[in-house]
Amino acid sequence: MVDVFEPKVVAFCCHYCAYSAADLAGSMRLEYAPNVRVVKLMCTGRVDIIHLLKAFEDGADAVYVAGCEEGACHFLEGNLRAKQKVAIAKRLLKEMGLEPERLEMFHISASNAPLFAKAANEMTERARKLGPNPLKREIVKAT
Amino acid sequence: MPTPFRDALNSGKFMITAEIGPPKGVNLDEMTNNIDLLKDKVDALNVTDNQSSAMRYPSLGGCLLIKERGGEAVLQMTCRDRNRLALQSDLLFAYSRGIKNVLCLTGDSITVGDHKQAKGVFDLDSVQLLKTIRTLQSGKDLGGNDLNGAPEFCAGAVITPEAHPIEPQLHKFKKKVDAGAEFFQTQAVYDINNLKNFMKYARQFKVKIMAGMVLLTGAKMAQYMNANVPGIFVPQPLIDELAGAEKGKALQKGIEIAGRAIKTLKDENICDGVHIMAIGREKLVVDILAAAGL
Amino acid sequence: MIVGERKPFDEIKDKIGQFKKVLILGCGTCVSVCMAGGEKEVEILASELRVANKLAGKDVEIGQATIKRQCDREFIEPVVENAREYDAILSMACGAGVQLVSDVVAPVPIIPALNTDFIGITESEGVWVERCRACGNCLLAETGGVCPVTRCAKGLLNGPCGGTNNGKCEVSPEKDCAWTLIYQRLDKQGRLDLFDKYNPPRNHQAVVTPGRVTKS
Repeated sequence: MVDVFEPKVVAFCCHYCAYSAADLAGSMRLEYAPNVRVVKLMCTGRVDIIHLLKAFEDGADAVYVAGCEEGACHFLEGNLRAKQKVAIAKRLLKEMGLEPERLEMFHISASNAPLFAKAANEMTERARKLGPNPLKREIVKAT
Repeated sequence: MPTPFRDALNSGKFMITAEIGPPKGVNLDEMTNNIDLLKDKVDALNVTDNQSSAMRYPSLGGCLLIKERGGEAVLQMTCRDRNRLALQSDLLFAYSRGIKNVLCLTGDSITVGDHKQAKGVFDLDSVQLLKTIRTLQSGKDLGGNDLNGAPEFCAGAVITPEAHPIEPQLHKFKKKVDAGAEFFQTQAVYDINNLKNFMKYARQFKVKIMAGMVLLTGAKMAQYMNANVPGIFVPQPLIDELAGAEKGKALQKGIEIAGRAIKTLKDENICDGVHIMAIGREKLVVDILAAAGL
Repeated sequence: MIVGERKPFDEIKDKIGQFKKVLILGCGTCVSVCMAGGEKEVEILASELRVANKLAGKDVEIGQATIKRQCDREFIEPVVENAREYDAILSMACGAGVQLVSDVVAPVPIIPALNTDFIGITESEGVWVERCRACGNCLLAETGGVCPVTRCAKGLLNGPCGGTNNGKCEVSPEKDCAWTLIYQRLDKQGRLDLFDKYNPPRNHQAVVTPGRVTKS
């Protein structure tokens, strides 16, 4: 019996924009990959590099951070800081042997439900193409 | 203590000096030829010291060769490659072999040269080197110890009349005079008015000033120097003149421009002489002098 | 503060490759400020090493601890017992801290995770610049508070040199010419007489290597 690989995707979304867009996508009955687990924050500025790395350590196949559009952050620069941290984390992923494409930063305005759906689908597809988080293979090997 | 160079400086004549660039190696043929070509046409020949931080046959060696061939040498000494002990030792040696004219420079940074990981010494700067020469002359070394036989030198330094901003340079100029500089060879000057302004300030000091001249071989070279060499400003009219020269005649134009500038300096008594820098093209110094009517 | 940068990951991975149990020890003072070796950086490095080891099929236990600073024995003592249980300690402190920990926790091997760069200040967020060379002979009173030893590429005491270019250094157009800064500073203070003063050659033996200071 072969299990079809269903990626586990974690999305850190800010309350003011990305999460509102997610709500709107729901009301609009937009279809998008069910693989995404949303972690809601007040602002993506709260995301620390270690959160992103821990998500991968715990087995996430893809991770993304969705914040407000540049210049429109409710807390002024939180989304810009998140963007910088995502860039650094991508570099660290490469260093430790994981594919940097598994991590991404998106800027989604509250009304842009289609973009929220697009991001969810895109990251799920990336994870599917790249295959399961290599760490999970190790976990499986160990059992 | 007279030296032919010092005598010439004090005579009030229009001074002409030029530069000899040593080879990167021990083949001294070209350097010897250049020395022979120029030694009787100038009041003295400078020998550069690992110019642009590129390792070369030493300035001291070049000066000894000039002396052998019957010319008058100016030893260029930078502070980049040697500490205060080595600099003092070299000065003692130079004096003992009849090399008594010294130009004191700080030296280009290591980063512009061809040994980019070398340590830039800079134990002394050009002002401190001038003071060191005067200290040795007084019979002591920098450690305060008595010398067994004191040397004497005709010492000079460099100044950049078109530096921007100019004020720190003017203060530095005074510092060098106070430290013992008796003559100056300037960085290349192309704008006669800028030079005149500088001379207004410099004339209050009893020092001799030779305006530096670098041969422009074309408009591109002029533009490159404007963009990349600190303190050099080739005015647009000169660039245009070079650009407007007939194909293949840009070098000729450059010689003409240099000759014209020298003639102006002499006829209008703007400064005490000229220092021609034509490294790599020492033979053209003759043409430049001819173009100046000298 | 002392400013350093974490070594390249591959270099760190190689240097601790032979050990089965490694303690990553962070420092809460200078290297925390320059975001090179504080508690956060310890966490990140631990995560990276865990992942890299897992992927390579290596079974390595990674411990984490951060103390106030590694240059004072009193902060190292409380963790000595714990530290001695490890095969090696990966210290994220500056070179000074690495050496004291090495002395105190001997004979456990210490591996430095940082390259210590200079004594400096925070110029802006995420940017630290060198300001002090610890020359042992501070002449900032003479130069309007601008250090020519660190900020002049040639360390001149009677500058500027002929390479000064519109207030920038000949070494790089992004580097300020220290002596132009000194001139401007002294000019504003009305103390240009200091600029004209002859500064004698530096005393390079003011601090004899290795330096030692005692308070009497």
